[in-house]
Amino acid sequence: MTIPVLELKDVTKTYAIRQGIFRPPATLTAVGGVSLTVARGEVHALVGESGSGKSTLARMLLGLIAPTSGEIRIDGVPIAMTNRREVARRIQPVFQDPYSSLNPRKTVADLIALPLVAHRIGSAKDRQKRVAAMLDAVGLPRRMIDAYPGQMSGGQRQRVAIARALVMQPDVLICDEPTSALDVSVQAQILNLLMDLKREFGLTYFFISHNLAVVEHLADRVAVMYLGRIVEERSREALFERASHPYSKALLDCVLTPDPTLGMPDAAITGAFPNPIAPPPGCTFHPRCPRATDHCRVAAPPPVPLADGFATCHLAT
Amino acid sequence: MPLLDVDHLTIDIPTEGGLLHAVNDVSFTLERGETLAIVGESGSGKSLTSLALMDLLPSKAIRRARSLRFDGIDLQAASERDKENLRGDRMAMIFQEPMTSLNPAYTIGDQLAEALRRHRKVDRKTARDRAVHLLERVGITAAASRLGQYPHQLSGGLRQRVMIAMGLMCEPDLIIADEPTTALDVTIQAQILKLLRDLQQEFGMALILVTHDLGVVARVATKVAVMYAGRLVETGPVEAVFGAPSHPYTRGLLRAIPVPGRTRPGEPLGTIPGQVPSLVGPLSGCSFRNRCDHAQDACASEIPDRTVTPGHRMACILDPVQTWAEAPALALDDRRPQ
Repeated sequence: MTIPVLELKDVTKTYAIRQGIFRPPATLTAVGGVSLTVARGEVHALVGESGSGKSTLARMLLGLIAPTSGEIRIDGVPIAMTNRREVARRIQPVFQDPYSSLNPRKTVADLIALPLVAHRIGSAKDRQKRVAAMLDAVGLPRRMIDAYPGQMSGGQRQRVAIARALVMQPDVLICDEPTSALDVSVQAQILNLLMDLKREFGLTYFFISHNLAVVEHLADRVAVMYLGRIVEERSREALFERASHPYSKALLDCVLTPDPTLGMPDAAITGAFPNPIAPPPGCTFHPRCPRATDHCRVAAPPPVPLADGFATCHLAT
Repeated sequence: MPLLDVDHLTIDIPTEGGLLHAVNDVSFTLERGETLAIVGESGSGKSLTSLALMDLLPSKAIRRARSLRFDGIDLQAASERDKENLRGDRMAMIFQEPMTSLNPAYTIGDQLAEALRRHRKVDRKTARDRAVHLLERVGITAAASRLGQYPHQLSGGLRQRVMIAMGLMCEPDLIIADEPTTALDVTIQAQILKLLRDLQQEFGMALILVTHDLGVVARVATKVAVMYAGRLVETGPVEAVFGAPSHPYTRGLLRAIPVPGRTRPGEPLGTIPGQVPSLVGPLSGCSFRNRCDHAQDACASEIPDRTVTPGHRMACILDPVQTWAEAPALALDDRRPQ
């Protein structure tokens, strides 16, 4: 059996929230008991709404914060036993907003070479070569090498951010909403570029997004997160054709395809995200679930194995 | 007489490099009960167009129009006082980020009541009752207890509902919503859009929805106006524009978005090569010609106004019949079976 490039085992991250001087701090479970495996070369998408814990999970994968409990393995080796620098060599991020993730006072060459400098890789001349190769790879003209982020469009900046992530020749890119801040036509260019780069460099993507149309377009597997937990994890086909968890179904219903004959979908779920400091008992989704039973209100569901994945729901079949 | 008549609206903004032609010759009309979606990418002039109607443009912007009428009132000739009376009373605006348009120092109740008492002579009790009624109407539970809360105590979805309730306080004839759901989660987005549409039908209002999201346009609007580089390039009933997208820019946009059930996973998405041209200095001809596969010499000088089908118009030299024949890749019946 091949070793997955990323493996999460029961990963939990909790924060103590101060509630005033005389009250004991409350516990916020940002990520609760997440287990996932990401095979080499696949695009593993993570979808969920704001506050679901997606970004906390991404930060743990990048080695920026440590899990409170559980284990993350890269190629079978626990991340806790791996040097921070080594993690950074293997796993690189691409963030949502290319306006705030690039230092406005550095040139494109400086920005892309920064990881090489930080890791003391290559001579100045080598670095220059690699920067030029990266510009070619992400489709930026070489004349832009001395440009500043302020002189570039959003799409060009995101290309710089991708080039900076790739210059370390990582195995895995953690893409956190990489096209959410971009215009429609630019989003298409960046998504096409990501797919090309994946083939060219044999990359694995952990792709965080709230846009299910984008996820359907490029993911191989999809994990749906709600209130810090994975509620469903399936192959793309299984999720989009026969989603099992009511929350996954609700998310899919809310995808607004540009078809005027369809009208607005009936949102099957009502209400809003519960307070993560005081999550509902039983299944945390039950207050919003159209199919909740008395059992759901008291007992937390275990993951139920399904063809092509699992769903954490008492009613999953 | 239409509720809103915009005829050749032009907005210029003086900059250091010269005059920026942000909006050029935009014309449309809107009736009560209609929803017009103005769709375009950043810099297309869609937000400025909506701000121009409310007279909320930046002070240095220069607005001109052959006609700009709201319910017969000439907005260009109206006094500051008259416009003040229209805004919030008969025309209301809902912005993308409710946190910046709600005052953090006042409670929700105070701000809602203010919206009504500014225009109507009503006592506090009446204003408060209407606030509670509308908060309930926009789906906020325990509405009375929310009145004493401050904006920061509410979630993004709740704040946006409060903004909608505030817009409805005076029962306006026209609501302009600029990217009202862009900052919200998808399930909340669906709830808010549905709410806007239901309220619009219930109160018989006209709604202008400014958005970049073609999915939102198709599902909510009755009419659509596609803007590119300050110009209206295609307009018409949503069924017509999405059924037979005719302007090369509209078709490019529709090809660029992944659509579950239509685009094949993993296949390259359509792209529009090149970049939006600078709108500073004198402009001539079609502004899309530097990115268009069909550009001809004549595109540098003329911008035709062609009728595709009655009510469906586009600003392109191409023969609409010819573009229709090329469009089948986008037609709605050409779908991958699910």
